[in-house]
Amino acid sequence: MSDFVTVSVLLATIASGIRLATPFLLAALGETLGQRSGVLNLGVEGVMLLGAYGAYYATLRTESVLFGVLVSLVVGGLMGIVYGVVTLALKAEQGISGIGIFIFGLGLSDLLFQKQVGTPTPIDGLGDVAVPILGSIPLVGEVLFHQNILGYVAFLLVPVLWFVINRTPFGLNVRAVGETPEAADSLGVSVDRTRYITIFAGNAMAGLAGGALALELGIFQQNLTNGHGFIAIALVYFGAWRPSGVMAGALVFGLVSATVLQWKTLGIVAGTTASIVGMFPAVLTILVLVLVSRRTGQPSALTRPFQRGH
Amino acid sequence: MRPQADRELLVEMEGITKRFPGVVANEGVDFDVRSGEVHTLLGENGAGKSTLMNILYGLYHADEGEIRLRGRPVGIDSPSDAIRNGIGMIHQHFMLVPTLTVAENVALGLPSRRRLLQDLRPVQSRIRELSETYGLHVDPDSYIWQLAVGERQRVEIMKAIYRDVSVLILDEPTSVLTPAEVEDLFVTLRQMTEGGRGLVFISHKLHEVMNLSDRITVLRGGRVAGRTVPSDTSRERLAHMMVGREVRLAPDRGESVTGGARIAITGLEVLGDRGTPSVTEFDLEVRSGEVVGIAGVSGNGQRELAEALAGLRPVSSGTVVMNGADTTHKTPKEIRRLGVSYIPEERMRDGTIGEFSVAENLILTNHDLPPTSRRGFLDFKEIEAACSGLVERFTVKTPSLDTPTSNLSGGNIQKLIIARELSGDPEVLIAAQPTRGVDIGAAEYIHSVLMDRRAGGTAILLISEDLDEVIGLSDRIAVMFEGRIMGLLDREEATVQRLGLLMAGVSGEGEQSTSA
Repeated sequence: MSDFVTVSVLLATIASGIRLATPFLLAALGETLGQRSGVLNLGVEGVMLLGAYGAYYATLRTESVLFGVLVSLVVGGLMGIVYGVVTLALKAEQGISGIGIFIFGLGLSDLLFQKQVGTPTPIDGLGDVAVPILGSIPLVGEVLFHQNILGYVAFLLVPVLWFVINRTPFGLNVRAVGETPEAADSLGVSVDRTRYITIFAGNAMAGLAGGALALELGIFQQNLTNGHGFIAIALVYFGAWRPSGVMAGALVFGLVSATVLQWKTLGIVAGTTASIVGMFPAVLTILVLVLVSRRTGQPSALTRPFQRGH
Repeated sequence: MRPQADRELLVEMEGITKRFPGVVANEGVDFDVRSGEVHTLLGENGAGKSTLMNILYGLYHADEGEIRLRGRPVGIDSPSDAIRNGIGMIHQHFMLVPTLTVAENVALGLPSRRRLLQDLRPVQSRIRELSETYGLHVDPDSYIWQLAVGERQRVEIMKAIYRDVSVLILDEPTSVLTPAEVEDLFVTLRQMTEGGRGLVFISHKLHEVMNLSDRITVLRGGRVAGRTVPSDTSRERLAHMMVGREVRLAPDRGESVTGGARIAITGLEVLGDRGTPSVTEFDLEVRSGEVVGIAGVSGNGQRELAEALAGLRPVSSGTVVMNGADTTHKTPKEIRRLGVSYIPEERMRDGTIGEFSVAENLILTNHDLPPTSRRGFLDFKEIEAACSGLVERFTVKTPSLDTPTSNLSGGNIQKLIIARELSGDPEVLIAAQPTRGVDIGAAEYIHSVLMDRRAGGTAILLISEDLDEVIGLSDRIAVMFEGRIMGLLDREEATVQRLGLLMAGVSGEGEQSTSA
């Protein structure tokens, strides 16, 4: 294999890795926000599926990708309100309710797809947008600055989320509520209100993550997300509840997935071996989670419902 | 005494009644706070002090009664209502976020000067100013988890002063402080009242109440049992009002014959949860028929010491010999079988299993031995007979042996633990905080049981943060500071002042070494 091929394959792999990382990153950032306020949402996968179907169906009907993006956000936000009511107003166990949300999203998205669409019809998804000037840098520009719009949004959200959490009064409330809700409450900070906001925004981001996946692939099918949402939750732990760490995790995951895909296409691995290699990303996640299981940075009040006077 | 009646009434609570399922926590309670005074709420655990103040702070809602602030009736439905009305509260358990800095904890819940952006600089400089004015030394940039307990409390006071409260409620603020820190706290509190604030001091420590209060209201069983001022009363009369009968504040020690060493600790080192040594270079001996008290401020290695002796925490170096056998690396079960009993400081977490019945908790240490069980089966007849005997002998008040233990009061749970631990007449007893948080009646009883065991020849290691208890019960007192013994005093030479200095890490040997 010549050097030229090697370099171009490598660049293509990196570009595809970043592309694959986008839905993980969006969903994991949303989950990070929720967890920093002390709420675990295991239903990310279900919310992503509904967001993906919403984006797909809206785009199919209106032929407006932008409208599709908007619908995925709204669907995610609505699921956030549902999850908020279940866990905050009704104080239901977070782990179990999240699994409920997952199963609900899995079933409903498929049902709607069967009823409303039936046969898979491809849509024109999100096109790539080159960033002016930066996009024309040789090699690097092609890899980094030829992404679809949601790719840029996802990576821009990393510093934005960091800023919101660490540099705003709202972020201070979020951190306090996630660590010691009693202290926040005693100073007049509404624990539930803070958590409603983080859950709403976090789920909207999960919906958007699903939308990003459907619009990238230009198709919808049953269980389209295929575990993306669960990996996103693992990435929050991987990233030690910091947006930059979560981004690093999403990138590692995206790159490993892209490499595996590349090997398959190039025929470096084939047949049964390919299936085994296909498990790499999942195995990697488990390994890394075991290695970084120190849990430094885990919000102390994670999964703990708050009730005044208890 | 300063004139009271002409001072402005800041808070009036009238006819406050609060019911919880099965309990009336407050019944028709009247309470008020005037500007410039310390009004103490005195009472036993469960007398309704905290409930009354949680109502004033908006954490609970009263079923009946009225609250007036400066004569105006108000509804206080949440802590934010209370804060808006100038009421602050320092809770018994600190309300601080450990992962945030002092300035962030102070700023929490307050609007930022730059609206959507957090700007901590004005907060930091204001904290420095207030530190100066009130002699409250706190560094705004430190993280709470880095601070010692005394410093954390200064942060709590800072939060209240920063919000410029006119009424400050302090719920048992001295329970975690050294005597010297208590004095500093009282100076700060005096300074606050001179500025016209009204303070509510919740406590059950009689000497502190006598020292700090302008007025005292005593609660018993949710009702007002009496009102007085320090000049008209005494510690004994206050205790009488709290309990409703005559109580002996100092336990009757009786005679005891001291024998050979039953606990011998040499060069002990034990690591704490963070992996750093919590107990170091620790040598101590306890003889049969003797009580050795360990005094010290919470967090100076007492918990780790007790756990290491009981076999619950690994010993990293040194040796422990109890009842003639080397127990340094033995398991809790092996240690117990050598005649060692252990009363853990966390009675709900380590001492009992809340969902288990009274009988099940009573047999936890011998359920696998005859006669409690035979050939792998529990003998319920035997268990019932043994447990009813214990419940009667140790006066544990419980509806039945099948009652879940968590339904009992703190004092009765503690009596249950004592019944289990002392039923086998142990040779060695490690008692950690045996009366913390129990009512005076139960404490009085527990003290007398411990003195009986002392007379019966048991070697008792008593770990307690209550100086009165340590002084009252011990034959010798060791003071722990940062994992070491700062000093070992005989009962006769142990005064609150000397112990207080040792607890603060001042050895008192400085003078000797300069003269030598």
